[in-house]
Amino acid sequence: MRLFVSEGAPGCLPVLAAAGRARGRAELLISTVGPEDCVVPFLTRPKVPVLQLDSGNYLFSTSAICRYFFLLSGWEQDDLTNQWLEWEATELQETESLADIVLWGALYPLLQDPAYLPEELSALHSWFQTLSTQEPCQRAAETVLKQQGVLALRPYLQKQPQPSPAEGRAVTNEPEEEELATLSEEEIAMAVTAWEKGLESLPPLRPQQNPVLPVTGERNVLITSALPYVNNVPHLGNIIGCVLSADVFARYSRLRQWNTLYLCGTDEYGTATETKAMEEGLTPQEICDKYHIIHADIYRWFNISFDTFGRTTTAQQTKITQDIFQRLLTRGFVLQDTVEQLRCEHCARFLADRFVEGVCPFCGYEEARGDQCDKCGKLINAVELKKPQCKVCRSCPVVQSTHHLFLDLPKLEKRLEEWLGRTLPGSDWTPNARFITRSWLRDGLKPRCITRDLKWGTPVPLEGFEDKVFYVWFDATIGYLSITANYTDQWERWWKNPEQVDLYQFMAKDNVPFHGIVFPCSALGAEDNYTLVSHLIATEYLNYEDGKFSKSRGVGVFGDMAQDTGIPADIWRFYLLYIRPEGQDSAFSWTDLLLKNNSELLNNLGNFINRAGMFVSKFFGGYVPEMVLNPDDQRLLAHVTLELQHYHQLLEKVRIRDALRSILTISRHGNQYIQVNEPWKRIKGSEADRQRAGTVTGLAVNIAALLSVMLQPYMPTVSATIQAQLQLPPPACSILLTNFLCTLPAGHQIGTVSPLFQKLENDQIESLRQRFGGGQLEETFDLKAKTSPKPTVIETVTTAGPQQIQALMDEVTKQVCSLSPVGDWTS
Amino acid sequence: MAAAAELSLLEKSLGLSKGNKYSAQGERQIPVLQTNNGPSLTGLTTIAAHLVKQANKEYLLGSTAEEKAIVQQWLEYRVTQIDGHSSKNDIHTLLKDLNSYLEDKVYLTGYNFTLADILLYYGLHRFIVDLTVQEKEKYLNVSRWFCHIQHYPGIRQHLSSVVFIKNRLYTNSH
Repeated sequence: MRLFVSEGAPGCLPVLAAAGRARGRAELLISTVGPEDCVVPFLTRPKVPVLQLDSGNYLFSTSAICRYFFLLSGWEQDDLTNQWLEWEATELQETESLADIVLWGALYPLLQDPAYLPEELSALHSWFQTLSTQEPCQRAAETVLKQQGVLALRPYLQKQPQPSPAEGRAVTNEPEEEELATLSEEEIAMAVTAWEKGLESLPPLRPQQNPVLPVTGERNVLITSALPYVNNVPHLGNIIGCVLSADVFARYSRLRQWNTLYLCGTDEYGTATETKAMEEGLTPQEICDKYHIIHADIYRWFNISFDTFGRTTTAQQTKITQDIFQRLLTRGFVLQDTVEQLRCEHCARFLADRFVEGVCPFCGYEEARGDQCDKCGKLINAVELKKPQCKVCRSCPVVQSTHHLFLDLPKLEKRLEEWLGRTLPGSDWTPNARFITRSWLRDGLKPRCITRDLKWGTPVPLEGFEDKVFYVWFDATIGYLSITANYTDQWERWWKNPEQVDLYQFMAKDNVPFHGIVFPCSALGAEDNYTLVSHLIATEYLNYEDGKFSKSRGVGVFGDMAQDTGIPADIWRFYLLYIRPEGQDSAFSWTDLLLKNNSELLNNLGNFINRAGMFVSKFFGGYVPEMVLNPDDQRLLAHVTLELQHYHQLLEKVRIRDALRSILTISRHGNQYIQVNEPWKRIKGSEADRQRAGTVTGLAVNIAALLSVMLQPYMPTVSATIQAQLQLPPPACSILLTNFLCTLPAGHQIGTVSPLFQKLENDQIESLRQRFGGGQLEETFDLKAKTSPKPTVIETVTTAGPQQIQALMDEVTKQVCSLSPVGDWTS
Repeated sequence: MAAAAELSLLEKSLGLSKGNKYSAQGERQIPVLQTNNGPSLTGLTTIAAHLVKQANKEYLLGSTAEEKAIVQQWLEYRVTQIDGHSSKNDIHTLLKDLNSYLEDKVYLTGYNFTLADILLYYGLHRFIVDLTVQEKEKYLNVSRWFCHIQHYPGIRQHLSSVVFIKNRLYTNSH
């Protein structure tokens, strides 16, 4: 075995001395290393001394190494030794018995200078001297300290991480788990002053405008969420990626009294809609009408606060799109080209790749699809297929040349670069959006086709293109403008007003190219002073349990299903925002939803707010008591203020997930504060105790009031409920300042307090579903997944009945728990 | 949890019916056990080792010299590194080290279940309970070990069972 020691490391003293014990029992090699060397492969920080055993194991604890040497020599472990060693390890940080040796080493730096010890401790002194004169100890001291005395220990010690203060220090208002910033006296004083000003600090509420229009001199915030494609029910991933994220920001923006317009709508043109129409035997317009309502209803249920939720199939859309197109055309940014495509005469239309099937020109496979052969995997152009067939009618299509229009992106590249150069620095574009935009530019922009041979779309106002429409991704982004135009005829004050408008656009990352490149190019080319995106907010993907949401395979929770579970919209909102996929993909998990609801909402947030209100009701007859703040209370005020400001900083930068945690942190501070001060006990005590109980209760209920406002962007219904329970004055409900004010002064009467959240149980989910009559299910639940050996249990949940949900949850729990004892965990 | 509570928990896990009374000493509330036939014993790991002997389960302290030393090393680690540090950075460094250590081991000493596993489980519980799904996946070996120990008969007692999702959600977190 090999012992690694280092000059100047104090732990080396005892181990070298103890090594003498093992002499003759085992071969010991000694190596000297530097104090920074990481000898132990699994430890992050360097540690010395280290004993590498023949088995390959490492002993990195000084006393464990010494113990080992003693054990080798036949020594038996005993309680007293254990006690001394534990004491040395925990209290001293850093006998010829094992205990003697280790302690000797630990105390050496202090005791080796005889002048250091006071006279009374002569017993200690003589013990030390006895040991020091022993040969192994002398040699150890020499090896480690090398004549320099204890100064040799200094460099090593300086590099060690600071030991944390003892855990069991006097209990204060500060919770122990969090690292709290140290507060300056000024910060505390400022917080107290702001608190005392109370309600009078609130500015007058801005009158509600309708329609909302930009106002000169104010901050005008225009918020769009990517238009959901109409002919599918949105799933949770779509919702968190776009409308819900934008909603949080929109609500926050209004709380800050910024002039805010939040718009969205359904994107209705395109191939998919036409196809769906054919499937359902309806016209495209009828399909859009039907599904638009479904979307609107779902978002209403989720409490999305759009100022307007429109559609892209309007006259305004045609007008604005054609106008932009004309301007691009006259300025020379439109190219024409001929493309060869397959056309089915029978269906009288050009076929998109997915509608053609034929024989692969490479391998002869007979069911090769129009873009790729499933058998040999080679990419092909539909026109290259042998014996092509239209998938719909099976007749043989012909190759036809067809003209199309292209947006000359390369010609607009320079303007785009200039604009990006002005916009990106200092903005809140998310990192993924910046990255994707940069990659497209780095690869070099190419002309993009903006027309299609379809009937359902915005008509192209150009001779020779009467039977073509604009490609949906050209005009979809123009949809925001037309939706606004349908909301107010003064839409240009938002959309042609870059000086006064801050445009925030929310989307999932796959939409970034269209919002960051294609539309800005169109707008810049049209040269009509269009408002361009100031902050592009893109999320990553939300996965569903262990797979992906899939509209086509029916996997995952969809908008209307969320309603059927009986779990309130605000809980869904909370959970989705908690797992919002910001820096990377995240996953929806039923178990996690239960856990977060029960731990964060019920035990943390709900518990605090409820307790605070209950104390006011029970102990003070429903009236907020007098508050006399002591220094601890003032420090709490300052901490809450700091966290509140943190919340603002985060939400201003659209860091929605992190800001939510600020709310939970304040709530945790609140719980700790109540826990420590025990108002329920003090209320029964002396006059001074009762006053203390009053202060604590009053301060707590004011924190609850603050939380209700901070919570509004995330959980609007819960927020309103809290505000009603506490009877928070209306101005305080709609404005959030950067300071923590006393909004519920002494004497304020609150309303009836009741619990805000319900605990979620497995069977509860089941009974709620039954109560809401979610029984009329057409699709059968595919149980194939359950029999497969892989853990893909949740794979095919479509509209599963309550039994199936219960079975699923049991299955998940079972799989997690059924581990065989020896490392078989990853099977 | 408080030391006295933990020791009571340990007693139950070891199958001791006694129910010793523990007092606490000092600022840090170090547990003290007054034994019938000797001086009092002070210190969490010291008392724990004593209880193990009382329950006639000395194998939980290790069988070979090496194993005994390793057990004591991790007991010391528990009271110095885990109890002594609670900042987020420290915890993550700790979990990272443990994760690396547990790469090729079923239990802390290798292939045998010992007191080290029990006390580290108790000591880490409050941190593991707060880990996110992603963090649990990042510290995959710790999760595996923790999940295994919490299912060991008689160990978990009233502590909450931490859920580990078996399916990888974050594919690039190896």
